[in-house]
Amino acid sequence: MLADQDRIFTNLYGLHSPYLDGAKARGDWDGTAALIANGQDWIITQVKESGLRGRGGAGFPTGLKMSFMPKESDGRPSYLVVNADEGEPGTCKDREIMRHDPHKLVEGCLIAGYAMRAVAAYIYIRGEFFREAENLQRAIDEAYESGLIGANACGTGYRFDVYVHRGMGAYICGEETALIESLEGKKGQPRLKPPFPANMGVWGCPTTVSNVESIAVIPTILRRGATWFSGIGRPNNTGTKLFCISGHVNKPCTVEEAMSVPLRELIEKHCGGVRGGWANLLAVIPGGSSVPVLPKAICDDVLMDFDALKAVQSGLGTAAVIVMDKSTDIVKAIARLSKFYMHESCGQCTPCREGTGWMWRVMDRLVRGEAEVPEIDLLQEVTKQVEGHTICALGDAAAWPIQGLIRHFRPELETRIAAYKNAQVQAA
Amino acid sequence: MSGVHAAPFVQPASFEFTPESLEQVNRHIAKYPKGRQQSAVMPLLDIAQRQNGGWLPEAAIRVIGELLGMPYIRVYEVASFYTMYNLVPVGRHFVQVCTTTPCWLRGSDQVMDACRQSLGVRNGQTSADGQFTLLEVECLGACVNAPMMQIGDDFYEDLDADSTRRILDDLKAGRAPTPGPQIDRVNAAPVGGPTTLKETA
Repeated sequence: MLADQDRIFTNLYGLHSPYLDGAKARGDWDGTAALIANGQDWIITQVKESGLRGRGGAGFPTGLKMSFMPKESDGRPSYLVVNADEGEPGTCKDREIMRHDPHKLVEGCLIAGYAMRAVAAYIYIRGEFFREAENLQRAIDEAYESGLIGANACGTGYRFDVYVHRGMGAYICGEETALIESLEGKKGQPRLKPPFPANMGVWGCPTTVSNVESIAVIPTILRRGATWFSGIGRPNNTGTKLFCISGHVNKPCTVEEAMSVPLRELIEKHCGGVRGGWANLLAVIPGGSSVPVLPKAICDDVLMDFDALKAVQSGLGTAAVIVMDKSTDIVKAIARLSKFYMHESCGQCTPCREGTGWMWRVMDRLVRGEAEVPEIDLLQEVTKQVEGHTICALGDAAAWPIQGLIRHFRPELETRIAAYKNAQVQAA
Repeated sequence: MSGVHAAPFVQPASFEFTPESLEQVNRHIAKYPKGRQQSAVMPLLDIAQRQNGGWLPEAAIRVIGELLGMPYIRVYEVASFYTMYNLVPVGRHFVQVCTTTPCWLRGSDQVMDACRQSLGVRNGQTSADGQFTLLEVECLGACVNAPMMQIGDDFYEDLDADSTRRILDDLKAGRAPTPGPQIDRVNAAPVGGPTTLKETA
């Protein structure tokens, strides 16, 4: 188990003040000017060497992403945009950072923003997080009043602004180009890439969009050293990670653990185990609603990191662990996710707009068994026609849970279809 | 645009920001670079909605378009795309129950049932006295505290049928229920106390 002194988010549960006095007591804003004085290249190199991979789902190396930003301006300003539109079902980790440790994010904005030669950070927070946005805004106001950000950030002579932009209830705005559209005051519909945001992002300017957790861990990585961070977890899967464990565990919670922690250890150490014991486990969705479900046999010894979960045809995603015990109607659980994606499709690409509705309607019938067995294969084929054929990954996200269900629970689907047919025959 | 059904209602002929609202409007416009004032359309719509008792009349959409130099249809497009803008009137207490899988696994059906029974309305409806609107919504991002609902700006977490009824009864009686977990736990820490960060606790 990760030692307490290696935890970054030491006010995860809000037991202490989230504001400047508390944050400083926890080590935030300590020697920030000296970190900045090391220069842009040093900061980016440290982040690269730490092995930090993006915490928003895709797991792209954060330092590499930062290095894509132009080193010399062609006259256009550069921007850091923080993706705080936390909306992937199961995920509620950035919420804890913003309401209980907001200064870690604000300080991270300054340091990462400086490294990318950005003039400002816009934090795009989902609209439903109203109280979280209040706490975050208060932390920003405190940072301005104390000269930590603003015209002469931390006395470095560097000007850096931080703004909060509230979303208004659209899951799709968690997709980086949809988020940019939304920040420009439009419907949140994803853009085609290229051009990539690092060349042409918000208001046509170079932009990097990063997850809250990715940005908030950077100051601690710089203070404690890249090798400290890279020494936790496994190679290519380094550092600490916030896990949100929901569903059928005795004590659901959010907890910071070492990357690559075994799933079973995570659940048994921090969540009081699966309801009814490990033997009562049916399945786990290990990384937020879009990643394929895993049956108990895989959960028994799988590690919670990018590569281990990819190897079992799922993914770490946002590290939102949704646990389902044997009482769960697994078909209904996945069908509900299909309904979610249908609701959240932005309607721009035909395969997603039509496909998410089509897939949900079939899933809805499968819950009752009101289908023919060949329809399972047809459904699988349709998920493949949606996957990879849309501008953004929402289509993929709608397809994967169904693919996971068919891969691991096909007998359950067939049993249901047979039972429905039997009931029809007996009723006739 | 949320999924709220409304009884026939009248669109007000005009809308005007109050001086307090205008101060907020200007603060938001100032966040964005010069010439990019369209970026403020979302906060402005929110300010108008709050000023107007929780819903956005067409007149406000027009006023915001004029203020930001945007055609009406561009503002309307935004107002109708995002679910938190209500284009029809809602009750004083807007009760939004999350029913996505993590909440469903822990009993959001019972929470919805308790709301329907207590309020005497179906999903998407407003009570006859205009006090409550009930709406089933997608994941609100508090999954380790499931099941949960949002009323106004606050999250009520770790619910069951009894605590749901108690919260609604409080609101009916004009009392202010305490947001957050409705069972004995601290925020997102496990029941019984944290397993980590004990030295700093």
